[in-house]
Amino acid sequence: MIMAKPKPIQEIVNVIKDFDKVLVAGCNGCVAVCEAGGLKEVEILASALRMYFANQNQNIEIGEVSLTRQCDKEYLAEIKDMVPKYGAVLSIACGAGVQFMAEMYSEKPIFPGVNTNFIGVTLEKGVWSERCAACGECILASTGGICPIARCSKRMLNGPCGGSSNGKCEVSKETDCGWHLIYERLKTLGQLQRFEVPNDPKDWTTSRDGGPRKIIKEVSQA
Amino acid sequence: MPCTGRVAIIHLMKALEKGADGVFVAGCLEGDCHYQAGNLRAKKRVAYVQEVLKSIGMDPERVAMYNLSAGQGPRFAEICREMTERVRQLGPNPIRKNGERKEKAA
Repeated sequence: MIMAKPKPIQEIVNVIKDFDKVLVAGCNGCVAVCEAGGLKEVEILASALRMYFANQNQNIEIGEVSLTRQCDKEYLAEIKDMVPKYGAVLSIACGAGVQFMAEMYSEKPIFPGVNTNFIGVTLEKGVWSERCAACGECILASTGGICPIARCSKRMLNGPCGGSSNGKCEVSKETDCGWHLIYERLKTLGQLQRFEVPNDPKDWTTSRDGGPRKIIKEVSQA
Repeated sequence: MPCTGRVAIIHLMKALEKGADGVFVAGCLEGDCHYQAGNLRAKKRVAYVQEVLKSIGMDPERVAMYNLSAGQGPRFAEICREMTERVRQLGPNPIRKNGERKEKAA
């Protein structure tokens, strides 16, 4: 799922301080799982902001709401009567949610309360790790189910590079070398001959190089 | 509540937001949690709230975590006195103080 981290309070304060009423809007989808933008985080952030502004003797009303998802119009529509009552909305959904909120309520300033980081997994409670770079052309079938785009710091299609040492990446001793992981996995699967066939250069037009992407599934269209 | 593991961040935040001068969480002794790690979880949450307070310009010492057993009555009294003294030195919760000023001004 999509992982995010809360923005520093001071950064948030700087963008909302000139409004009389601000709605903190959470999303109970991905960002709730990574504990950055769900119902609980809305309550905590709203409480912190109220205390901050009270401490500054500034009278700013902070409202709270948390939607099932902010990446679907149906759920965003649930706050159509609420949004006009506020001067601005602080969305703590991922970047997609913030933008969809801004598209739907285009007359209202919508600010992001989190930094959206990556598509990843929950390694353990409180620890999330990147797994997919959404490149649009999945090659996991040839790399033992480990993505070199997301897990090699250089996104190398044929690795490892000379910076790999004892299974770790030169970027950080905490970071596993993606290609070392691929090697070990292919060895377990008895597919080391895979290294004799280099991967072709990747067509990056399916990734960000092709501009903003869209998927249309006709059978699902209304 | 039966275990400090149930103390959520928002519980501590709300107490301060509503004007409490200080909040302390009294958990069981470390290593003695009936539910294994409830008091350790509470300890982390108290530390988290302290960081939030720092980020909004409030004194992080307004929240604290103490560990003691149910049989340590005198220690509980001592902790209460310690916390009271700490809060007295910090002064009233600035949020409440502002509220009072507003009421007077009105």
